Amino acid sequence: MTVQAVAALAAGLLLPLRALAAWNKEAFQAKTAADALKNLGIASSAESKDVLIEAPQIAENGAVVPIEITSNVPNTKSIAIVIEKNPFPLAAKFDFSEGAAPYVKVNVKLGESSLVRVLAEAGGKFYSASKEIKVTIGGCGG
Amino acid sequence: MAEPMKIRTTLKGDSADVRVLMVHPMETGLRKDASGGIVPIHFIQEVTVKVNGKLLIEGQISQAVSRNPVFSFRLKGVKAGDKLEIAWLDSKGERSQIETVIA
Repeated sequence: MTVQAVAALAAGLLLPLRALAAWNKEAFQAKTAADALKNLGIASSAESKDVLIEAPQIAENGAVVPIEITSNVPNTKSIAIVIEKNPFPLAAKFDFSEGAAPYVKVNVKLGESSLVRVLAEAGGKFYSASKEIKVTIGGCGG
Repeated sequence: MAEPMKIRTTLKGDSADVRVLMVHPMETGLRKDASGGIVPIHFIQEVTVKVNGKLLIEGQISQAVSRNPVFSFRLKGVKAGDKLEIAWLDSKGERSQIETVIA
């Protein structure tokens, strides 16, 4: 086998790994929620009762705030979490394939009291819910 | 090398709750150490969940996820013995992965 053929074969073997979406640097480094949403390709969203956020109203420690999200919107394929007052508002985005429920629970940091927005994507549209969380001790600096 | 993850799965009928703990500092780059120096930014960026080799959940996360992240996910159409793989990749290119069977 030639060197080129070996290289081509190796590239082929590596392809499945590269099929993963790369970390969305522009969205995660955005300093405002509006910029983060723009970089996620979210131009508009509709408030929906089918997107549920379970989180404390008051978090004593902003370094560990549990947030549990369930989307009951049929065919939800992704969920994004935006913490409006954080230095970098986009906290996480999860893509779900068939076989995974559009559900996630994660602990996040809140630098200060903030509105937390969740956006669920289904059928090319975005559905949102939000919840104000008050923080007594911030979780970003120290 | 990264400390291994801890996974717990709970199978209920054909769906499974998965809880995973990742040991990671999740440094924001905003925190100062005892001597007043900035602790460099270092955080997990990508999390993947596969069942029997099929990618089911792909998470991109920021430094806003808490230190030693704990995630809960829910899988459907699974059965005891299915192979579950969870992996992460951080901002320094460090990786960790763990494999278990759903039970």
